[in-house]
Amino acid sequence: MNKLLELKSINAAYDDNLVLKDVDLVVNQNDFVGIIGPNGGGKTTLLKVILGILKPISGEMHVNGSTIGYLPQINQIDKKFPISVRDVVLSGLMGVKKLFGRYSPENSKRANELMDQMGILHLKNKNIGELSGGQLQRVFLCRAIISDPQLLILDEPNTYVDSNFELELYDILDNLNDHMAIIIVSHDVGTICSHVKTIACVNQTLCYHDSNIISQEQLKAYNCPIDLITHGEVPHRVLKHH
Amino acid sequence: MNSIFELFQYQFFNNAVFAAIMASITCGIIGSYIVARRIVFISGGITHASFGGIGIAWYMGLNPILGAALFGVLSAFGIEWLSKKTDVRQDSVIGILWALGMALGIIFIYMTPGYAPNLMSFLFGNILTVSSLDLYLLLGLSILTILVFAMFLKPILYVAFDEEFAKTQRIPVQFISYLMIALVALAIVLNIRVVGIILVISFLTIPQTIANMFTKDFKRMIFGSIGFGLLGSFIGLLVSYKINAPSGATIIFSFVMLFVIAKLVQLSLMAIRRREGIKQTK
Ligand SMILES: Nc1ncnc2c1ncn2[C@@H]1O[C@H](COP(=O)(O)OP(=O)(O)O)[C@@H](O)[C@H]1O
Ligand SMILES: [Mg+2]
Repeated sequence: MNKLLELKSINAAYDDNLVLKDVDLVVNQNDFVGIIGPNGGGKTTLLKVILGILKPISGEMHVNGSTIGYLPQINQIDKKFPISVRDVVLSGLMGVKKLFGRYSPENSKRANELMDQMGILHLKNKNIGELSGGQLQRVFLCRAIISDPQLLILDEPNTYVDSNFELELYDILDNLNDHMAIIIVSHDVGTICSHVKTIACVNQTLCYHDSNIISQEQLKAYNCPIDLITHGEVPHRVLKHH
Repeated sequence: MNSIFELFQYQFFNNAVFAAIMASITCGIIGSYIVARRIVFISGGITHASFGGIGIAWYMGLNPILGAALFGVLSAFGIEWLSKKTDVRQDSVIGILWALGMALGIIFIYMTPGYAPNLMSFLFGNILTVSSLDLYLLLGLSILTILVFAMFLKPILYVAFDEEFAKTQRIPVQFISYLMIALVALAIVLNIRVVGIILVISFLTIPQTIANMFTKDFKRMIFGSIGFGLLGSFIGLLVSYKINAPSGATIIFSFVMLFVIAKLVQLSLMAIRRREGIKQTK
């Protein structure tokens, strides 16, 4: 099994506010990990540590994947910024192109294919400010996967997305999972659990659950105070009833 | 009309025209970055902090613009460094730096023996009295800015748009941020001669705002800003010469007039389009 990512007893904090405590996590090739946890539990912080945006105060981290694709939580984005949809998608190739790289016709073609697949090709010359939240999510998904990363990290990609595209999104992710590991954060526990392979509960500490079937009691034991009963229409077949 | 062309016989007028062109280019490019990135307040802080450098350089008998450049770049680096700290309120610190710069400037200028310099020319600028050193510095900055943006437009744009994502792509985000804030400081300081401390921020924002009315594309915004910058500064320059008022004030006044006209044009374009839209749906 090819280990892409390994965290060992990671502690992370903002100033003196300890957010992650003694976190261990291993992500292998073809893993599909769902991260759940209460608001402010440290899910986004964990992703930022993995991505190298936030330096942990202690612990060890090894990243083997050459490239990581990232879809940030959308509320962190300036929607009035003068940049077009196409440019945002192509900016996912920054890591490959570095500073001097120019975009080749193949790059543009790949960007067009992806935008077509996500149903946003007709928006490609629009400014991002003219898009709805759901459309913007698709743009960021294109940006995250255009470099064909070995590890794809998504922070609440289903916010603002309508239920049609949400199903489509999970189909797309299932396909991508054939050749890349995926870590996805979601507040919609019911839906996420029926699509991922394993679950990690994050609430300052991280509890790894090696299956996608989880019960309310287990969540409690993991110190993860969230409700399994969600209001989505998607039935939680995979969930145990109690 | 003849009299305008006669003006070109004078060295001072040629210098002023050259300065207006250089100011439009540097402010057009850097100002678009400032507006897109929403760092107008930071830029105001750098502007006023640099006045401390002017005062100290004057006191030590050095070139005031060089003093301002040093002070401006250092305070810009300080602000950029602070912006990475989560436990400080950046805007309060900028406010303090803003006032400190002005206070230091005034104190040192008044402590300098001999005649006090014309404070007005620093506060409001005078494009008609720019020195050749000022012009060379502005020319150098224009070339540098054009080169940097021509080579690195995409990385600059991407880092400004989403710095965290850029970091995950392992491009030198810090280097780009510091380079950009240094360029911002230099553009501010070198244009102080042209429009003055109080008004330089409007040269960096009004043409951009006008351009932004007609395009949302960063590259077009840069070219539009340069265009409106040129138009406004030439009108301002002529008015300044005719009525013998400080050029900074006349240039900014023409910018605001252009802004009003552009707004009217934009509104009527929108009204026409809306009416056509209604007709088509009928
Ligand atoms: N940039 C920041 N500066 C200071 N504190 C932060 C910052 N981002 C998050 N926090 C704090 O860290 C904790 C975890 O936040 P986060 O990782 O965003 O949670 P989640 O994504 O699980 O909702 C919260 O208490 C939040 O207030
Ligand atoms: Mg979060």
